[in-house]
Amino acid sequence: MLCEELSEALAATVDGDARLGRAERRHVERCLRCQAEVVQYRKLLRAMRQLRTEVIEPAPGLLAEILAGIEEAGERHAIRSVLSGRRIAYLGGLAAATAAGAAGALVFATRSRRTRLAG
Amino acid sequence: MPRESARDVSELVAAARDGDRSAFEELVRATHADTYTLAYRLTGDEEDARDVVQEAYLRAYRGLRRFRGDAQFTTWMYRITANCAATHLGRRSRHRHHDLDEAASVPDGHPDRDPQLRADGDDLRDRLLAALDGLPPRLRAVVVLRDVYELPHEAIAAELGISESAAKVRLHRARKKLRDELFPRREGRRAV
Ligand SMILES: [Zn+2]
Repeated sequence: MLCEELSEALAATVDGDARLGRAERRHVERCLRCQAEVVQYRKLLRAMRQLRTEVIEPAPGLLAEILAGIEEAGERHAIRSVLSGRRIAYLGGLAAATAAGAAGALVFATRSRRTRLAG
Repeated sequence: MPRESARDVSELVAAARDGDRSAFEELVRATHADTYTLAYRLTGDEEDARDVVQEAYLRAYRGLRRFRGDAQFTTWMYRITANCAATHLGRRSRHRHHDLDEAASVPDGHPDRDPQLRADGDDLRDRLLAALDGLPPRLRAVVVLRDVYELPHEAIAAELGISESAAKVRLHRARKKLRDELFPRREGRRAV
């Protein structure tokens, strides 16, 4: 049995998701190289799970963009249900303008908060 | 840094489902950095991650009524984000090539990490991030969702639009590639 052929099988067992067959187990019991690989897969899994504790802060402005997008979707929905299709284009324009205004205000708020935290 | 939300996430979800938009906005505030982190891990690109996050919250907002209260909101967001990232990367790969150098040069923000942990694990962590960056997106998605975020195989398969067995094959292949990258062998291939 080639160690290389066993590698993906070892990868499958690292989180207890799969088990080795009998012949494979017997090989690993006697093979230092495969045993070392088992340890390496465990280290890899630990390092992967450790990434979960990190938060990557997005560059400023993302929150405002998300909220503006939702606001716009909300306005469109409200308008659709009230007017059921009439004069959508005109009011759609209004909704976009409102959303843009809100986004501007929120960008400003985010910036000033960041400045305060930085200082 | 303490989260701004005064209200509990489950209360916010309940209020948002009843049509309270400010409650949904508060949910976004409380969870968007976490969602962005996943999107960034999946795409390896700041701009793609922003697009994915925006799309994910829009979908969440529209689909909130379908969200079952017994599931975790964050897990639900992870699933939507995974689905959006898969769609986004599929669309993107048809337009332009992924620029690995550009992706690798984006800095990671993690100012609060324990200095001792840094000393012990940063070398492995940094090499792991580089190795993840080097994986094809379809392999990276599965291994990130499973090994970092611990989503069930079934959920991963569903959001990526593949079978559960295909998801597992990709997972094991991704782990092997990462292991090969992190722990290169000195000796050649030999039978034992
Ligand atoms: Zn072996």
